[in-house]
Amino acid sequence: MDILMPRLSDTMEEGVVASWHAKVGDEVHAGEILVEIETDKALMEHESYQDGVLTEILVPEGGSADIGAPIGRMRVAGEPEQAAATPAGAAEGSAPAQPAAATTPSTPDTAAASAATPAPVAEPAAGADGARVRATPLVRRLARESGVDLGTLTGSGPGGRIIRADLDRAAPAPAAAPAPAAAVPAEQPAAVAVPVTEDDEVTPLGSMRRTIARRLTESARDTPHFYLTRTVDAGPMSELRAQLNAKLVAAERPKVSLNDIVLRAVAVALRQHPEMNSSFAGDQLVTHRRVHVGMAVATPAGLVVPVLRDADTRSLTDIAAAARELAGKARDRKLRPEEMTGSTFSVSNLGMFGVDQFCAVINPPEAGILAVGAVREEAGVVDGALAVVKRMTVTLSVDHRAVDGAQGAEFLRSLAHLLENPWLAVA
Amino acid sequence: MTAPTDVAPAAGTTTMSYRQALHDTLRAELLRDENVLLMGEEIGRFEGSYKITAGLLDEFGPKRVKDTPIAEEGFTGAAVGAAMLGLRPVVEVMTINFSLLALDQIINHAAKIYGMFGGQAKVPLVIRTPGGGGQQLAATHSQNVELFYAFTPGLKVVAPSNPADAKGLLLAAIRDDDPVLFLENLALYNTKGEVPTDDTPIEIGRAAISRPGTDITLIGYSRTARMALEAADRLAAKGFSAEVVDLRSLRPLDRQTVVESVRRTSCAVVVEDDWLTYGIGAEVAASISDGAFDWLDAPVRRVAMAEVPLPYAKSLETAALPAVDDIVVAAEQTLRATGRG
Repeated sequence: MDILMPRLSDTMEEGVVASWHAKVGDEVHAGEILVEIETDKALMEHESYQDGVLTEILVPEGGSADIGAPIGRMRVAGEPEQAAATPAGAAEGSAPAQPAAATTPSTPDTAAASAATPAPVAEPAAGADGARVRATPLVRRLARESGVDLGTLTGSGPGGRIIRADLDRAAPAPAAAPAPAAAVPAEQPAAVAVPVTEDDEVTPLGSMRRTIARRLTESARDTPHFYLTRTVDAGPMSELRAQLNAKLVAAERPKVSLNDIVLRAVAVALRQHPEMNSSFAGDQLVTHRRVHVGMAVATPAGLVVPVLRDADTRSLTDIAAAARELAGKARDRKLRPEEMTGSTFSVSNLGMFGVDQFCAVINPPEAGILAVGAVREEAGVVDGALAVVKRMTVTLSVDHRAVDGAQGAEFLRSLAHLLENPWLAVA
Repeated sequence: MTAPTDVAPAAGTTTMSYRQALHDTLRAELLRDENVLLMGEEIGRFEGSYKITAGLLDEFGPKRVKDTPIAEEGFTGAAVGAAMLGLRPVVEVMTINFSLLALDQIINHAAKIYGMFGGQAKVPLVIRTPGGGGQQLAATHSQNVELFYAFTPGLKVVAPSNPADAKGLLLAAIRDDDPVLFLENLALYNTKGEVPTDDTPIEIGRAAISRPGTDITLIGYSRTARMALEAADRLAAKGFSAEVVDLRSLRPLDRQTVVESVRRTSCAVVVEDDWLTYGIGAEVAASISDGAFDWLDAPVRRVAMAEVPLPYAKSLETAALPAVDDIVVAAEQTLRATGRG
């Protein structure tokens, strides 16, 4: 509880702490002199009202404070240790006490006649180490359902509690996180001082953007990436797609895309190279028996990575249907958390934007991500003669802690073989 | 989201007072079933301390409307015996404070007989009794000890807040084969409302949503349900939509309706007319915690009477009793805690 500057005379407005009779950590008893206060009229002794321990001196000797302002804090007997006090500024909001409510067990004799609406037990301030996020049960459930990391939110409720309004402000619609939170405690990306002028527009980060920033910062900082690039002949793939789609359209079935063929080929290659389907986990390496391929989807709200589960066991048309559904849900922000978690390898395709080649940041705790460029027509040599060929460049980002260069190269060679002989991928 | 409402879809209604609804229902049940009889202090010649039984002695005679000695334990015990043998006595205990004199008969006999004797005898007994402070009747005549009965398995406890429920629940209580404590309230006797003309009982154990809303749930019973409605009006003027749940029955308690409401609103204030500690509000709050934990955006608050013997002095009595103001304040604090206040 707070020790407040007492009103010691009718004309007193503020008082000066002349001397403390107890040190921080001292036990004090009700009726003992706790502090001497100098008022506009006199030097007066102020007794402690309760038994307890002086935990903090807020106004040192010689300092002054307004009547009613906290000058120190004590832990009253029976009060839990960390519930020492709320910051003075938050006291009003966190403990809307009805002064005469006759229900506080420790003060039965203050049972003045007044209807009882007990104030909530004083809110302990959020732990300085932030170890425990304070959030209402409703917020915890909604965050669980929408994949929001509560560590990225600031609570505006009593005692810094995260309330539904905070969640709504952060993510007006059900928010999405690209992947499960890493096992290590969340750390905010280091804030960079950005000079802002009137020509700049400042947008507070939504929870999704924060999550992307945090996780990719972690990845770029903690994952030693290396990159392997390979250009493949995309002719057979394009041909397969054209033939297959002609038949699918005739059968009134949905078409498949080149990206669907890539997803299928990646899944098959991962089955052939389990070392690439793994996660580095500190002092151990986790090799995943199942192949769950994440597909990066750009949405207006940010990047999300829905997951094609057991992609190596699914047919090309099945993958195409699932990919279409997941991408639609991602754009509508309707993905459920379980649809965005558990991927073991990811594919990011910027070919539709005309990008020839790029390097992607690994989505932890996966060991790799494939960056897929556009299929382009160019002059090439076929059987010793110049010809127009279709080419596609893919770049594999690899976590070097889990996978070495040669292993990555072997995976990429198998993948290239599958892409250039796509019947093997769909077989 | 819309909340279910429990407005009786009766063919016809008549406006009458809570007192009149009780009187007319007692009379109708005396006419309907010759096993129904009334017992109590001064209910016949004096027509009842609160005139609920006015005219019934003249109409039905002293065998059906029985003036008793001032001996609560004795006449309550006689009524338990009469009920065991097939009559359907409706006992009036002048105030719930005097029911303390009959606690042994009510809790150790009426509530236990059916279970302890293997169902050989039912106890279709109704004990009608008003609670309620605010009349300057001082500490021993102003208590609300319905909790003692709501605490006791084997009893049913109903607490209507309006004339329509007074009728519907009294019909249900008289026709129920278990002992029912029927809680009235001095402050409600003169309140008026629409009462259905047909005689359909209200199912005991079903709360009513007496006002649908979306921002906060206010829960009360008897007088406090009425206060909660007033508080909801005041909150509406400030732009908040409060849903009011009228418990109507304290045992059995309709936890489901309460929980469903809080799942819609995410916060709640429970109002009770008795003391706070170990009270009905605590039971309701615990039910919310059980059933709506993952929907709560703020702690459940309780508004109750000050923990003192109720003072006689008007100013102190007023200060000690829960008031509409207290509900509004608690609701606003709760809404503020959810960032909406």
